[in-house]
Amino acid sequence: MAADTLPTLIKLAAARYGAEATKLGPDDDIFESLGIDSFQAVELISDLEDEFDVELPDYELQGVKTFSALAAKIDKRR
Amino acid sequence: MLSHTTQGGVVELVLDQAPCNEIGTAMVEGLERFLGGLDLDATHTLILRSAARGGFSAGADLRELHAGLVARPAAEHEPALRAFLDRIHAVMDRLDTLPLTTVGVIHGVCFGGGFELALTCDVLIAEKSARFCFPELRLGIIPGFGGIPRLRRDLGNAVIRDLLLSGRSVGAKKAHQLGLVAHLVARGEGLAAARALAEQSGRFDPVARRAAKAFIKPLPRAELDREKELFLELARRPTLLAALTKFVESTDLRPYLP
Repeated sequence: MAADTLPTLIKLAAARYGAEATKLGPDDDIFESLGIDSFQAVELISDLEDEFDVELPDYELQGVKTFSALAAKIDKRR
Repeated sequence: MLSHTTQGGVVELVLDQAPCNEIGTAMVEGLERFLGGLDLDATHTLILRSAARGGFSAGADLRELHAGLVARPAAEHEPALRAFLDRIHAVMDRLDTLPLTTVGVIHGVCFGGGFELALTCDVLIAEKSARFCFPELRLGIIPGFGGIPRLRRDLGNAVIRDLLLSGRSVGAKKAHQLGLVAHLVARGEGLAAARALAEQSGRFDPVARRAAKAFIKPLPRAELDREKELFLELARRPTLLAALTKFVESTDLRPYLP
């Protein structure tokens, strides 16, 4: 995994949804730790695509629950 | 749920039905009322936008569709679906062919029927949060509000195949690259961009403006009719009701995530 993917992802998600980045861990559930709904999750995908300049097809994100799993998916598209 | 204001020849139509402007009977009635009262002689531009936090529209009202099917015997499903499709197609066709410049302002989710509604607009302005998706194949159907013919009119067939057969959503940036979105703007800037465009369009000679639109944006009549029939052919199978039942009974917090 690229060294910056996970920390950048967590920092971006925390800033977007008012969480404290230091309280978010790689294995935390993204929905639960950020307290976001499905609409906000859709927004987050767009943010990540812009930040990392990738496309993240929804079907590749099925079953992805944690920040580390999401970071791994992003890396495959970078 | 639907409200509009008029100023200087610009009508702003705002969709605001919780949770995210699902399109069912109430929305169709609202759009019919709006269109019936539209003063075309006093208007040059229509701006269509959403006040819902989640986005432009999450698509067809699947809960209403499910309730309508389970409340009727199977023999009445197709006539009921056809009656609704006829109404929504009439609304979409009317929006599509209005002798005005129509500008859609999109943020957040623009899925399914909501995407189809957006596609009736002449120009789409997307904020960076916007995402577009045709998830209908997950329900065992195709988009039924005229989306495929309209998208084919505007973009290449290969793009439609990707969106339709993968069911994936694409962000505003990608949509802009594809030519689906005309203007890509920052979050919260869509309405200002639409108003600026409306002001510019209003400067043009109305006869030339209307002629240009009618020339470049013909209604894909035959494909729209065929789409309706194909939708009904697919919807008469038990697959749709089973998928809808799964959807309404789901306790998953992520029902809009594919």
